[in-house]
Amino acid sequence: MSTGLLESPLRARRDGGHKLLMPYVTGGITPGWTGYLRAFAAAGADAIELGLPFSDPTLDGATIQEASDAALARGATAHGILAEVAELRLDVPLVASTYYNLVLRDGPAEFCRALRRAGVAGLIVPDLPLDEAGELADAAAATGVDLVLLASPATPQRRLDEIARRSRGFVYAVSVMGTTGERAALAEPAAALTERIKQGSDRPVLLGFGISTPEQAVEATRRADGVVIGTAIMRRILDGAAPDDVGAYLTGLRRALDQECDETRWPATPDTRRGTAP
Amino acid sequence: MATGVLATRPGVMEDPGERGRFGEYGGLYVPESLVAACREVEAAFREARTDPAFRESLAESLALHVGRPTPLTPARRLSAELGVTLLLKREDLAHTGSHKINNVLGQALLALRMGRTRLIAETGAGQHGVAVATAAALLGLPATVFMGERDVERQGLNVFRMRMLGTEVVPVGTGSRTLKDATSEAMRHWVADTEEAYYCVGSVIGPNPYPWMVREFQRVIGDEAREQCAGALPAAVPDYVVACVGGGSNAAGTFAGFVGTSARLIGVEAEGGAGAARGSLGVLHGFRSLFLQDDHGQITEAHSIAAGLDYPGVGPEHAHLRDLGRARYVTVSDEEVVDAAVRLARAEGIVPALESAHAVAWVIRAARTGELPPGATVLLTLSGRGDKDISTLKELV
Repeated sequence: MSTGLLESPLRARRDGGHKLLMPYVTGGITPGWTGYLRAFAAAGADAIELGLPFSDPTLDGATIQEASDAALARGATAHGILAEVAELRLDVPLVASTYYNLVLRDGPAEFCRALRRAGVAGLIVPDLPLDEAGELADAAAATGVDLVLLASPATPQRRLDEIARRSRGFVYAVSVMGTTGERAALAEPAAALTERIKQGSDRPVLLGFGISTPEQAVEATRRADGVVIGTAIMRRILDGAAPDDVGAYLTGLRRALDQECDETRWPATPDTRRGTAP
Repeated sequence: MATGVLATRPGVMEDPGERGRFGEYGGLYVPESLVAACREVEAAFREARTDPAFRESLAESLALHVGRPTPLTPARRLSAELGVTLLLKREDLAHTGSHKINNVLGQALLALRMGRTRLIAETGAGQHGVAVATAAALLGLPATVFMGERDVERQGLNVFRMRMLGTEVVPVGTGSRTLKDATSEAMRHWVADTEEAYYCVGSVIGPNPYPWMVREFQRVIGDEAREQCAGALPAAVPDYVVACVGGGSNAAGTFAGFVGTSARLIGVEAEGGAGAARGSLGVLHGFRSLFLQDDHGQITEAHSIAAGLDYPGVGPEHAHLRDLGRARYVTVSDEEVVDAAVRLARAEGIVPALESAHAVAWVIRAARTGELPPGATVLLTLSGRGDKDISTLKELV
């Protein structure tokens, strides 16, 4: 099966023995917010999740919700954010994430075309489960956007297999039964969920929700192919952290993941990608 | 006008099937973490609704605790003033003061059947919250109710009632601090505890099976009214059936009893919260329907003098009935609502909830403009009583 603009680079990195790091930022959160995207790329992100803010983000915890409200209060719109992104020349794939109402506003086909025009490679829609995803999946496939599906600890095995089969780019494994947010420890069901997804699929699996420290990231990637870091980044940005500050935090995560790989992988493959932290 | 003539095609207001679709509306637009929980509720409801033991237990609770059947009261003086025959279906006389208890008892019994150990809910005006608190106390279940901070401020009496009944009330300070945000917060809370908690949705909104299930639990209003009208009206069926619509549960329950008749169905929305009349296609809180939103797809705030109608969308089945032309959705202003509440109080000795006063306001206007022809017969569901709105009314009357 041919893989898309998001999945190809993620598979290549994973198959090269790397653990994947996907930081998140809410589009339009501050003036000059695209600086965060550049900082993420420089810190060694393998993909970047770009949140298109929605007024009622029901799956997000307080921090992402606050970020969405702040971006909307600044006048951020999905089209405005995509226009800014289109100007960037990042060599890291971008994955838009938003709620289905924004997709429906333009219509799935037009929405996906707008993503492609902006150079976005993938799409995550947390309130669009497998059962309702048909129309958007077709539109995404037609425009070359990888529609990423989510899996949760409550998903039965047969459905999980179907999600892994129909997801594109990667499978987004939700580590906890809950909303996005920082947590003291990685939830127990996370490892089991990753194992269950991998039973029937070779697609990359990224674990998200509640991962904020290098230790948690390393623990998560013992089974998963990578991690998504959202709330921990947005908390820092809402507290005033500049792109360099957040970049430094991500560099720490990157280093921890790479060290873990070096310890567990043989033979070691030197990472020669531009901008990747040593 | 012929009596009891089927004025709609078969299948309308029936089982929406496994995908929970009402035409292009409805569905299951929830995070993957909630899919299994929604499916479980659907399976349990499908089983329960055909189980004689469950039906009997619900009927008994409705009779013993709610006081059903509620009466059909002729509004004699107001009818004379308006030149029509107005009959009031008195959900304001149901225990806890509104129709909300019908649905809540059904869902609470379902929660027990499913082995759930606590209830969570959202509330706008507080009537649904009071109903949940009451059912929780009755069945010995703890309950947590999410309520927008603005609604907590303007519905102090209901907040006190819930707390007195032993329910935890959680004020929600995000967004517009009203029902929309309380609903979002309740969904977040549910995601984190689907094993133990049962989410008791208060209107014909939310992911499948809620819009269908809530309509079925509220169908008792329409079924009773249909039978009562048969005894009270020479034509057996009224010319018009009128109910207020926020999410639209009392209207859905009422319409369900008359959808197969010749009666014209009228849903009355608040001018500032008119999902059915002025909304556009969208997805929020797990379902596809009509929502108030801006050009960028951001949900906009609804405004109504009645907290229970402060919701930016409408139940998916109402959107479908609108598309079919089977029901018509109209709006009234806050001023008309206050005027209607006062007129009903003075003519009939009934202080209605401001939500219900929307339906009264339309009847008054339609009689004045001739939209309701002289002598027309009108069934109006008075969804709740106005005690909770006294402080609001005190400022305005």
